[in-house]
Amino acid sequence: MTAAVDLATVWAFIIAFAVFVYVVMDGFDLGLGMLFPLFPAKADRDVMMNSVAPVWDGNETWLVLGGGGLMAAFPLAYAVLMPALYTPVIAMLIGLVFRGVAFEFRWRTTAARNRWDVAFAAGSLLATLAQGVALGAILQGVQVEGRHYAGGWWDWLTPFSLLTGVALVIGYSLLGATWLILKTEGALREKAYRLSWGLLFAMLAAIAAVSIATPFLSIQYAQRWFAWPNVALAAPVPIAVAAVTALLMRSLGQKQDSRPFFLVLALFALSYAGLGISMYPFIVPQSITIWQAAAPQNSQIFMLVGVAGLVPLILGYTGWAYWVFRGKVRAGSGYH
Amino acid sequence: MLSNLDPIVLARAQFAFTMSFHIVFPAFSIGLASYLAVLEALWLWTGREVFLNLFHYWLKIFAIAFGMGVVSGIVMSYQFGTNWSVFADKTGPVIGPLMAYEVLTAFFLEAGFLGVMLFGLERVGPRLHFFATLMVAIGTLISAFWILSANSWMQTPTGYAVNADGQFVVADWFKVIFNPSFPYRLVHMVLAAYLTTSLVVGAVGAYHLLRDPHLPGPRVMFSMAMWMAALVAPIQILAGDQHGLNTLAHQPAKVMAMEGHYQSHKDGAPLILFGLPDQAAGRVDYAIQIPKLSSLILKHSLDAPLAGLDTVPRENWPPVPITFWSFRIMIALGFLIFGLGLFSLWTRWRGTLFDSRPLHIFALTMGPAGFIAVLAGWITTETGRQPFTVYGLLRTADAASPLAAPAVGSSLLAFVIVYFIVFAAGAIYILRLMAASPHHGEQGPSGAMPARAAGITPASGAAGQGAPS
Repeated sequence: MTAAVDLATVWAFIIAFAVFVYVVMDGFDLGLGMLFPLFPAKADRDVMMNSVAPVWDGNETWLVLGGGGLMAAFPLAYAVLMPALYTPVIAMLIGLVFRGVAFEFRWRTTAARNRWDVAFAAGSLLATLAQGVALGAILQGVQVEGRHYAGGWWDWLTPFSLLTGVALVIGYSLLGATWLILKTEGALREKAYRLSWGLLFAMLAAIAAVSIATPFLSIQYAQRWFAWPNVALAAPVPIAVAAVTALLMRSLGQKQDSRPFFLVLALFALSYAGLGISMYPFIVPQSITIWQAAAPQNSQIFMLVGVAGLVPLILGYTGWAYWVFRGKVRAGSGYH
Repeated sequence: MLSNLDPIVLARAQFAFTMSFHIVFPAFSIGLASYLAVLEALWLWTGREVFLNLFHYWLKIFAIAFGMGVVSGIVMSYQFGTNWSVFADKTGPVIGPLMAYEVLTAFFLEAGFLGVMLFGLERVGPRLHFFATLMVAIGTLISAFWILSANSWMQTPTGYAVNADGQFVVADWFKVIFNPSFPYRLVHMVLAAYLTTSLVVGAVGAYHLLRDPHLPGPRVMFSMAMWMAALVAPIQILAGDQHGLNTLAHQPAKVMAMEGHYQSHKDGAPLILFGLPDQAAGRVDYAIQIPKLSSLILKHSLDAPLAGLDTVPRENWPPVPITFWSFRIMIALGFLIFGLGLFSLWTRWRGTLFDSRPLHIFALTMGPAGFIAVLAGWITTETGRQPFTVYGLLRTADAASPLAAPAVGSSLLAFVIVYFIVFAAGAIYILRLMAASPHHGEQGPSGAMPARAAGITPASGAAGQGAPS
């Protein structure tokens, strides 16, 4: 039994890791898509698109690993959560369809380029909003009977889930803006700096709002954060958020191009850890724990072999691909 | 309106619709990725520019098709949870790991090296670039391995047990992965992908040869495509026959539906060429049939008895009309492709491969045949499995999510609208690329061109990536 307990926890960390890698990797290219309307010049948009075109597909694959891994390792949680999140998931998929094909299509047409730019921006916004809403819907808990989702198909829509939706839009946009600082130069970079300041304050407000609202969702969350001795374990998170924010402001002020992006990643990691502290050990909050949802041991072990062997390799060649396309992306002079 | 509909019917329609759109892209990109690897290898080996031109020409088309395959594939991967949550719960421990391995071994490989393949020739050099192309091609094949293993397990489940929660659990991974129908299905599908691509490449070659028979690029691609069709079509017919025998052994009701055998035949079953299956009456009207041929094909004996659907409980009957007709469409196209291959061999022998207008017109009209055959084949095997999702064990009606019809109906409507907009646009852009012939210096990675030109940027202007820093 001890082995089963450990495996479920191991898999909870693996799934959480896959989802986190997805969030930070697809997060910046979705954010960049949402910033598109603020950069109306075609040359700027070309540079923005080019900065992510070689890597976006790999970024998005982590979403498939998160979903597929959830079905494989915690089939019961997958079976309960997907119908509960039906509308946001479908909305996310449709957003990703538009966003994904825009990478190819906008270069293939002159007349309709603006339309694919709109599809890129709107698809990114829809997908991000849907992901944020889905997160809020999971946190607030879903109705379960037996092994099924038992709620209605609008239960996901609450003020709290809208708040988390907006928070994610702000967060991804900030990631996108700092990615642009990292990858571009000139006026485009300057504008990205200006946007980053505004988005940073918006993100801090969003983190505060979500943090304040979460304990009101359930007594369990409140106890997790405010009851002794948990508070001693949880307290480092807000303190670290304050420290990272200070570093981020300094790096934005001193225009250290490479640092802001990674400091925003750190902010995401801390927020994510905060979510983990709130939820663990529930995978469907207040209803199903990771042990109840876990697939049989031999399924989890079979996949663990693959994950242990392959994920380092995947991270290796993904890193190589990023290395190949390192450095600032420039508008090609003379090609227009 | 929607609330009067059965949510399971809507969920099935949604799966069939999204799957039908999706399947054509992997079928095309499996073949095209291998073709691109061959073209780049030939370029590295011979140094002939025509191969590099063809590589860049097809790379642009590949990029669009691959992008559409990715986005429609993500929809598929989440649909198991949204519309078929009971299926996901019950089969998750078996199917989930197979799909997770597909992601780990195939999707990441393809996606990780795709960027280098599309945009990286100048940055990494020809040899490393060829390695990236090879990884993408291998990734598509590994993907086929896992997804067909998962699909085949749903058709011919072995190596499982059922636990207290009613979930399928794995007793033997080897038996799950290499289940009885898997080898046949994998070979049949990969060959179908290669044939599909060869027909598209051949049609594009034929189109440009019809306008100018001397263009070097179209000549090379037409010749390569026709070799592929001539060599692979007969192998595919043999593979299909073997797959059919395997299906007879493990899913007899599916074969009865494919053949239209509502009745049992004690001494030799006829082959029904055409007819109108009447599911309610349980007979095929206006049948045109060849006596005893079905027994000869399936049992290799004229007088072998063959059981019909009258031996199967009625609630386990597959929908015969769909299976019957889709099977015939696939077979007919298979033999037409075989005919195209023979025709090309004959003209090749006569030295008129590049001048035969009838051959070129035939090849041009056969361009979409592979896609239609793949779709028809998929419909045959999937509807033939009905009314089960896991053959004989889990009914389709018991696999669906507890959802209201309006939820499934409106998402179906949304997918229909979105897919028609997006994939129609994609098809137009691909056809537009195909309408131009591959030319000298095709999007070449020469210093004068932007680095991005290798994949995406049209020559008519857009940003380049500049020098690597």
